Amino acid sequence: MEAATLTADDENPTGFDRVRNFADNHPAVVFMSIVFLVGVALTIIFSLREVAQTGLNGLSTGSYVAMGAVGLTLVYGILKLTNFAHGDLLTFGAYMAFVVSVSWDGPLLLGILAAIVMTALLGLFFELTMWGPMRAKGAGFLQLVLMSIGLAFVIRSSIQFVAGGDPVFLDVDRSSASTPFDFIGIDLRLRNVLWISLTVGVVVLVAVGLLLQFTLLGKKMRALSDSLDLAETTGINTERIVLITWVFAGGLAGLAGVLLGMVSQVKPEVGFELLLPIFAAVVLGGIGNPFGALAAGLTLGVLIEWATIPEGLANWKFGVGFVVLILALIIRPQGVFGKAKAV
Amino acid sequence: MDLVYFAVNWEAILSVDFLIQIMAISGIYAVLALGLQVNVGYTGIANFGQAGFAAMGAYVMAVLVTGGPDGDGLLSFWIAMPVAILVTMAFGVLVGTVSLRLRADYFAIATIAAAEAVRIFAQNADSITGGNQPLFGFDSSFESITEGIEDFFESALGWDTPLFTGFVVVIWITLVLGAFVLSRMQRTPWGRVLRAVREDEEAARALGKNTFSYKLQSLAVGSFFGALGGGFLAMYFGVINPNNFEPAITFLAYGVLILGGLASYWGVLVGAFVLYALIESTRYLDIGLSEAQEASLRFMVVGLVLILLMAFRPQGLFGKREEMVIGD
Repeated sequence: MEAATLTADDENPTGFDRVRNFADNHPAVVFMSIVFLVGVALTIIFSLREVAQTGLNGLSTGSYVAMGAVGLTLVYGILKLTNFAHGDLLTFGAYMAFVVSVSWDGPLLLGILAAIVMTALLGLFFELTMWGPMRAKGAGFLQLVLMSIGLAFVIRSSIQFVAGGDPVFLDVDRSSASTPFDFIGIDLRLRNVLWISLTVGVVVLVAVGLLLQFTLLGKKMRALSDSLDLAETTGINTERIVLITWVFAGGLAGLAGVLLGMVSQVKPEVGFELLLPIFAAVVLGGIGNPFGALAAGLTLGVLIEWATIPEGLANWKFGVGFVVLILALIIRPQGVFGKAKAV
Repeated sequence: MDLVYFAVNWEAILSVDFLIQIMAISGIYAVLALGLQVNVGYTGIANFGQAGFAAMGAYVMAVLVTGGPDGDGLLSFWIAMPVAILVTMAFGVLVGTVSLRLRADYFAIATIAAAEAVRIFAQNADSITGGNQPLFGFDSSFESITEGIEDFFESALGWDTPLFTGFVVVIWITLVLGAFVLSRMQRTPWGRVLRAVREDEEAARALGKNTFSYKLQSLAVGSFFGALGGGFLAMYFGVINPNNFEPAITFLAYGVLILGGLASYWGVLVGAFVLYALIESTRYLDIGLSEAQEASLRFMVVGLVLILLMAFRPQGLFGKREEMVIGD
């Protein structure tokens, strides 16, 4: 970049160069414009009602993808751990809520609380028994990745061992009861459970975002994400922040699992199936950038649901996640939200 | 209540049938892991897309032989399989071209995504692949060979051969050949450059080696074994459907690779046999588990093997600690 600015060409940039520079400097604007144009195209071909309705559904799908992605990206950024077991933390959370609220017949709220607390504790447990000691040993990328894959197998098959492979349902009213509302003159409907998951998702994620942005704890976490050694040098108690990071990542994963369990059935393998969409949100958002993961997760949810509008494409909808992930990796692996870093 | 409650059915475990069963399934994973060994063990690139290469090899072969779900035969298996392998290698090169420039973690995610894209394509392109309906009717040529081997054993040696005996003979001959050829290739200048790329890519580049091209070649060899393994998997089941090629297949192959040890081709064969002897033995554990629970137990064993190996013996059984170089 710096070298390029010294060349004479740059004083009279061509139109193409200008577009390119703009795209390099404002990737989020470009990305969101593309998403917007896709929406406009779908509106022209189909109808605004369909686009708005599926978009709304998409935001609710996106809310638990985003919640999983925020936790994963925190861990990824701060601990440099590509954690393939993160999806299974979501599954664990969903089953915890199921055990408390259905098997033991407790109130749903208690189930949700149990899911958050138990998944956070599970995250802490793995940090203390596995990831911490492995970091101390100076384990490399491959070692940690394979360990997390092993852990994913263990969590998933333990759940399957205890609870069986049949899908379970959280005890919420997922009947067609829906609240209609008016959106610039169009009548939209969203099932009540989707409303709840969307609202909870957005409120919690905004709260986490504000906390990261404006509190000392958030600043410390971001400092660790930039450089663990430097953060330690400035006197931050890095061990404590690492543990708090796991509490956040685990708690968010547990809550994401509950939201997932509210809108659909839960099977032991569901978390692993969600892992790639979650990774897509993490990469698109820029690894280590929770705001990016949040925005990318919600946008991905919308794109995935939009794919169901054209006839015959519904089965391909999860393919959208891969297409976006692969394109992001090819065109802009450092993510579209936030500052560019070399990869 | 005496000790009988927690018992192992030794008679079943020590039978020839069980040995053949282990050798059949471990053979398939060993083929896949041989390819991973070239990539991970000798070139230092974390290919996590082996299940996708296997799916590509199996589906291209099956579609070419059967002519699709409603087809009535297209090509001979002996043409279809090499074509399938070449197509898969080309796909491997394509995946590598766009993703090998990335950091190790991004590359790993990109290869998983590519593999899943293949699987989702197979799942949804009903008219070509049959979608979730199993595709079958491609294995008669291969079976004529395996049956020939079994007939020979029965007539010449008087053995009463269990199911899959012919399959085991073919796949293990392939494995021994593969490990032998790969070990030889590793001692050529080409093989030494791969190791140089793994140890210090900058240095190799400074000496004028086109390291990117070597990595692509390594990935092409890896996907060659991926396609071959996919072909064997298809023959083992006699039918294929997209669920045979989930990412778990790649991870199981990594279990085989790591147990055998990085940078050891012969270790892959031993690792596969040991891992599957361990996994399949859980079938004969009479401790009153349901079939579904035994299935979960098998995956738990694989997960624990991976975790414990990474924590305490990352070089596996035959690998060398100093040859374990990836990423960071």
